[in-house]
Amino acid sequence: MTLPYPKKKDPQKRTVVPTLPPAMRSRAALGLSVAAAEGRFALQHCGECGAVQYPPRDACHACLSHDLSWKDTKPYGKLLAETRIHASPDPYFRERLPWRMGSVQLKAGPVVLAHLVGVGRGDRVRVDLRLDRAGQGVMVALPEHRSDDMEDDPVLRAMGTHPKHRRVLISDATHPVTRPLIDALFAAGAAHVFAGVPEMWRRPHGLSALDGLENVSLLPLDVTDPQSLKEAASEIGGKVDILINTARHIRPGGVLGHDTTAARDEMEVNALGLMRLAQAFGPGMAGRTADGVNSAAAFVTILSAHALSPDPAYGAFNASQAAARSVAQTLRAEFAPSGLRMACVYTGPTEDEWHQPLPPPKVAPKALARAVVDGLQQGLEDIFCGDVARDLADRWRSDPGLLEREITGGGA
Amino acid sequence: MSGAPYDGIVLTCPVTVPYVRYSNETAHWWIARGLRGTLDAAGLKPGQIDGLSVSSFTLFPDTPVGLAQHLGLSLRYLDTIPMGGASGVVAARRAARAVQAGDADIVACVAGDANRIDSFRQLLSAFSRFSLDAAYPYGYGGPNATFALIMDAYMAEYGARREDFGRIAVAQRANALRNPHALMKKPLSLDDYLNARMISDPVALFDCVMPCAGVEAFLVMREDEALRRNLPFARIRGSIERHNAYAGDPVQLRGGWAVDIDTLYAQAGCGPQDMDLLQTYDDYPVISMMQIEDLGFCEKGGGAEFVRTHDLTIGGDFPHNTSGGQLSTGQAGAAGGYLGMVEAIRQVTGQAGPTQVADARLAMVSGFGMVNYDRGVCSGVAILEGAA
Repeated sequence: MTLPYPKKKDPQKRTVVPTLPPAMRSRAALGLSVAAAEGRFALQHCGECGAVQYPPRDACHACLSHDLSWKDTKPYGKLLAETRIHASPDPYFRERLPWRMGSVQLKAGPVVLAHLVGVGRGDRVRVDLRLDRAGQGVMVALPEHRSDDMEDDPVLRAMGTHPKHRRVLISDATHPVTRPLIDALFAAGAAHVFAGVPEMWRRPHGLSALDGLENVSLLPLDVTDPQSLKEAASEIGGKVDILINTARHIRPGGVLGHDTTAARDEMEVNALGLMRLAQAFGPGMAGRTADGVNSAAAFVTILSAHALSPDPAYGAFNASQAAARSVAQTLRAEFAPSGLRMACVYTGPTEDEWHQPLPPPKVAPKALARAVVDGLQQGLEDIFCGDVARDLADRWRSDPGLLEREITGGGA
Repeated sequence: MSGAPYDGIVLTCPVTVPYVRYSNETAHWWIARGLRGTLDAAGLKPGQIDGLSVSSFTLFPDTPVGLAQHLGLSLRYLDTIPMGGASGVVAARRAARAVQAGDADIVACVAGDANRIDSFRQLLSAFSRFSLDAAYPYGYGGPNATFALIMDAYMAEYGARREDFGRIAVAQRANALRNPHALMKKPLSLDDYLNARMISDPVALFDCVMPCAGVEAFLVMREDEALRRNLPFARIRGSIERHNAYAGDPVQLRGGWAVDIDTLYAQAGCGPQDMDLLQTYDDYPVISMMQIEDLGFCEKGGGAEFVRTHDLTIGGDFPHNTSGGQLSTGQAGAAGGYLGMVEAIRQVTGQAGPTQVADARLAMVSGFGMVNYDRGVCSGVAILEGAA
C-alpha cells in the first residue's frame, strides 16, 4: 500500500470539521493511554496472584485483590474473530466506514478487542497500544512482521502523526538538531520543511548546514517577537501540519549568584515562546486536523528531562523547562477537542557548547532528531531521548521526592 | 441442586402494548400503559397490588421508587431487574418467590422503554464501563459488531452458514405476519435475508432488531387469587438463571443456560422433547441458535442442522418465537426481555389469538442479556405450563 501525495487543496471546499472517536474512559482505563503515550504495551497485572486482565478493572478478577499495577506485557496473540463494520452511530467512524475490528487472544491471557491492520481471522498478530485521535490508548492488531508502508493504512494514518507527505515547521533553525532533524523528516517522507530563523539579518550560526537543501524554506521567526510570529503564521500557518519547537535559550547556573537577566531570557524563549508559538499556529492547526492526507497532526516541543526535577547546575534554565512542560500540558488539554497531538520530547544533556563541561552520556543532535521522528511515526506523546532522560523519567515515576534528593546531593 | 417447586404461584394477565418505532413518550408513560393494561385484565385497581418489578433503561433520572411515586403506588415489594434480555425470566422467578413467601400478594412485572429519535445512540453511549473502555473505541459498532464477532467465530467453529441463520429470521417473519402488532409487515424470503446489506460482517440487516418504544407486562399471584378472579394462568414448572458463565471462553460460543440446564429439567420433571414451543431471546439469530443447542434441543454445534431439518413457524414441528420475536416485532428496550415470557403465557393459556400454537401446554422461555464487553452476561430460562 502506498499513500499517494494529496492533490492541491481546493480553496472553495469547506475544510472538514474534525470529529473524534469516543473519548470517555474510566479512571482505570486511562492507564492504557499513559502507556500508549510512551509507546509501551502495558496491561494490568495483579500484585498478589499475578493474573493479567483486560478490560481494566478496579480489582483483580481472579482473586479480588486491589493491588493492581500496569506492567509491560508481551503483545503477541492470535486473531479469534473479525468483522467489518458498515454502520455506526458515531460521527468519527461513520466518516471512515467500513471499519475493521476483531478480537485477539493474547498469549498473556486476556482477550482484547482491537483495530485490525493487515490481519485476518486465525493470523498470529502483534498488538500495538497507540493513541487514537481522541488521545486515548487503543489496541491495534498488526502482523508480527511489519512492512514499511503499513503506516499508510487509513486506520493508522487517521490516529497517527506520521510525517509522510506532511509539511513541518521547525521553529528555530539555529538549534544543532535542525539539520539531522530535516534529514530524518525527509527520510520519513515529509513533503516540506519550513525553518524559522530568529534575527535573520545577522545570519546566525548554524544556517550554513542548511544551504542548498531542497524543499526547505527559511523564514524569519522569533518566538519572543509577536510581530514575527504573526507574519510567519499569516504566511505559512495554513500549511503547517507538524510543528516542532526547537527554540531554546540556555545558560548554566543556579538561582543564587546571578541576577535574573539570563533567567528572564530563558523564560521568554522557552516558556513564553512556546505559548506565543502555540497562540500563533495552534488554532489554525487545530482547525485542520481532518484535512485529508496532509492534515495537521502534531505540535512537538523539546524539553530538558530536568523539567521533571531540576539539576541545580542549570537551575534557572530548568525552571523555564518546568514552566514550558506545564504550558505543554495545558496545550495538550486545549488541543484535545481537535485531535491535535501535543508531544513532549524529553532529552538528557545535549552534545553542545552549553553542556561542554559535563561528562557523557550526552545526546547527539542526530539521536535527538531520531527520537523526534520516531515519536511522530508512532504517534507518541511523551518521548524520552537518551539514557539520562529515560533513567530520570523512571526514577521520577517511581518516587519524585527520592529523585530530587538524589540529584541535589546525598545520593551516593 | 434444583430449587423448591413454585407451588401455588401463577403468572397471569399477559399484556403487550403495541410497539412504535419512534415515540416522544417517556418510559413512565409506556410503563403506566402496560401496568394499566395488566391490571385491567385482572379487574384490579392500582391500590390492590403490593408488589412491582420493573425493568427499563430509560427511566433516568428516576429510580424504581421514583416511578412508584410517579404512578401513585404504595408497595411492600419493589424490585428492578436491570438484565436486559434476561429480565422477563428473572422478574418472574423472583416475584414468584416473594409471593410464595408471603412478602407480597400481587406483583406486577413490567418492562418498557421510550425510544425518541436519538435514544438508542444515547443508550449505547453509556451502556457499560467495559463497553466505554474497550468496545466502543473500536469502530463503535454497538451490539452489531459484538455479535458479528460471535457469529464469525461460531460459523468458523461449527460450519454454520448464513442461510442457516436466515431460516430463523425467515420463520419468525412468517410468524410475525400473523401478529397484527408486529412492526415488520412485509414477508421476508431467504433471498431477501441473504441479499440484505451488511451491517457488520457477517451480521446483515435482517440479523438485527429494530429499536422501538413499547411495554410488556404480566402479574404474579397465588393460584387461589387467580382462580377467585377467574383468570387464565400459567404455572412455573422450573426456572434457572446464571450470570457471567464461562468467563474463560475466549469467544462466546455457549451461554449460561448450558451450566444449569439439567437442573432445570430435573426441577420441571420434563425434557426438551416435551416442549410445545420455544421462545428464545433473539437479539441476533446466532444467539437463538446457541440457545437451541444449550437448552438441549440438539447437541452443541448442531444448531445449523437442527434449523435445516425443522419448521420453526407457528404451524411447524418446532414453533419458535411465535409472535415474530424481536427480529420482526421490534426491540422495545428492556421489554425485549419480556417479549418471550409474555407471549409464552398467552400461548399456554390459549390467549395468543392469531399466533396461537394448537394445544400448547408447555412452553420454554429463554432470556439473554447485557453485552458488557464482548458477550452477553445474563441468562435465564423458565418452563411454563398452562393450567388447563
